[in-house]
This record gives sequence, C-alpha cells and structure tokens, in this order.
Amino acid sequence: MEARAAVLVHERFDEETSTGIPHDKMGMWVFLCSEVMFFTGLIGSYIVLRFASPFWPQPSTVLNVPLTAVNTFILICSSVTMVQALAGIRAGNPAKMKLFLSLTLLFGAIFLSIQGVEYWKLLHEHTRHYPHGFNPHASLFGSVFFTTTGFHGFHVFCGVVCIAFVTGKALLGKYTQASHQGIETIGLYWHFVDLVWIVLFTIIYLI
Amino acid sequence: MSHVLHKVTNYMTIFWWLAGLTVVEVGYSSLLPHEHKAALILGLVGFATIKASLVALYFMHLRFERKSLGIIVTSTLILGCILVGVGIAEHLLPRP
Repeated sequence: MEARAAVLVHERFDEETSTGIPHDKMGMWVFLCSEVMFFTGLIGSYIVLRFASPFWPQPSTVLNVPLTAVNTFILICSSVTMVQALAGIRAGNPAKMKLFLSLTLLFGAIFLSIQGVEYWKLLHEHTRHYPHGFNPHASLFGSVFFTTTGFHGFHVFCGVVCIAFVTGKALLGKYTQASHQGIETIGLYWHFVDLVWIVLFTIIYLI
Repeated sequence: MSHVLHKVTNYMTIFWWLAGLTVVEVGYSSLLPHEHKAALILGLVGFATIKASLVALYFMHLRFERKSLGIIVTSTLILGCILVGVGIAEHLLPRP
C-alpha cells in the first residue's frame, strides 16, 4: 500500500549527473539555501528590533491569531496535497496527480485570500493601540510585520503562479511516471514556503 | 539511467502531527501566562523546530536524499543560526 511507511519505490533519472542529483533539483536546493539566508535576515531583524524596542505590544492583542492558525492549517494541507501529487505520478497514477495539484493550487489561493482579508482588517480597523489602523507607518512592529509577512506572501504568490503552470502541463498530459521532475522541483519550493510560514507564525504571532 | 531507492512515507501521519502540533502551539501560547517568557519562547520554538523538521525531512524528502545535499542544507542552517545568534548576543551581552 502506497501510504505505508516501509514501501520502497524507484525514482528514475533520465540523465546521469556528477552529484547524482538531477540538475534542476540541485539548482532548486541551492536557490532554497539562498532563500534560507534571506528569511533568516528578516527573522533576525525582527528578533533584534523586538529585543531593542522599549514598547512592543503582545502580538495576540493586535493580530488575529485564530484566523492565522486556520491559514497555517490550510498551508499545511497544501503541502500534503503537493507531496501526494508527486506520490501519485511516481506510482503511475496521473489522475491522482492532477487532483492533488489542483487542490494545492486551491489551498494556495485560499491562503493568499485569507492573508488579504487579514491585511485589510488590520489596515482599516481602529484599536486601542492603533487608533488609525495597524499599518507599516504605525509602529516598528507594524513595519517589520508587513515587511516579513509581505515577502512571504509574495513567495506564496510566486508559488501559486508556478503551480498553476505545472497543473496546466499536468492536465495536458505532459508528465509521466518516468518524467515528472517539474513537479518535484516546484514541490520543493512549495514545502519551503510552508516551512518558513511555520517559523513566522510562531515568532511573529505566538511569541 | 540510474535508480535511487527510498522509502515512501506515510504522509497523512506527518500531516496529523503537523496539524496537532499547530493546535498544541496555539493552546500553549494562549494558556501559558506571558510573564513566563522563557518557558513560552523555548516551548514555542521547540514546537516550530519539530514541525519545520518534519516538513524538511519527509515532505522535502531530505531524510532520503544524498549526504552531500544534507551537508549543503545543514551548513546554510548553521550560518543562519550564527547570523541570528550574533544579533541576539549584541543585546544580551553587557556593553563595554
């Protein structure tokens, strides 16, 4: 059974490489390493500014934690559907791949929509701490919040565009059990975006 | 053409772990008094680390990849930790 933990599968490479890893996959990993440093810079700045700032509101008093927790769950769901799409084509089941790629696209779009709603509410709702709305000009917290989550949102948007492209190719029957590297490569990017959100949700919303 | 053998993971088990840990994280953050800052930060960072590791190891298949790829990723993470650590140390260490 495919979902069991101890089943072995074969992953076939169409070309030999000096590293033993397909070039596009290796390229994506190197790109993701540069992205790790990019987000580390943003997260590091957030931590340093928070330590240094004499006034920093408790995030749960400003941000909508329950709504974002639901959004986190949606992004986790999209990661599972992405990996199931890859498992589907590896098992020679293109119908499963198409279904799960479409679901991943849907979950990605829902995540962005909910983030848009959250931004709109933060910008327009007047609270005790922020009588003119919580925006990048309101405070240091506002500035780093919108910069960090905004850059992540942009990455999700890019991922959704790429997954839309891959889903289109999948629907046209361009991927086979022997040749499906595009799905694995964009899958790596998508899981990375999910991983970064897991860290951001904890540091920005919960701590 | 070469062949690589690796295990198929039970992705739904990982998913339930991730979902469960998210619920635990939110509960931990809302139930623990925010005066206990150290316990709050250590607990939440611990949960986030476990979740991020699950995604990297199983969804990104890092657990089944070649050692060279693991070394590349690990060195990046070490550099990232140094970057954040130096920033934090600047505020924690006494000024001359």
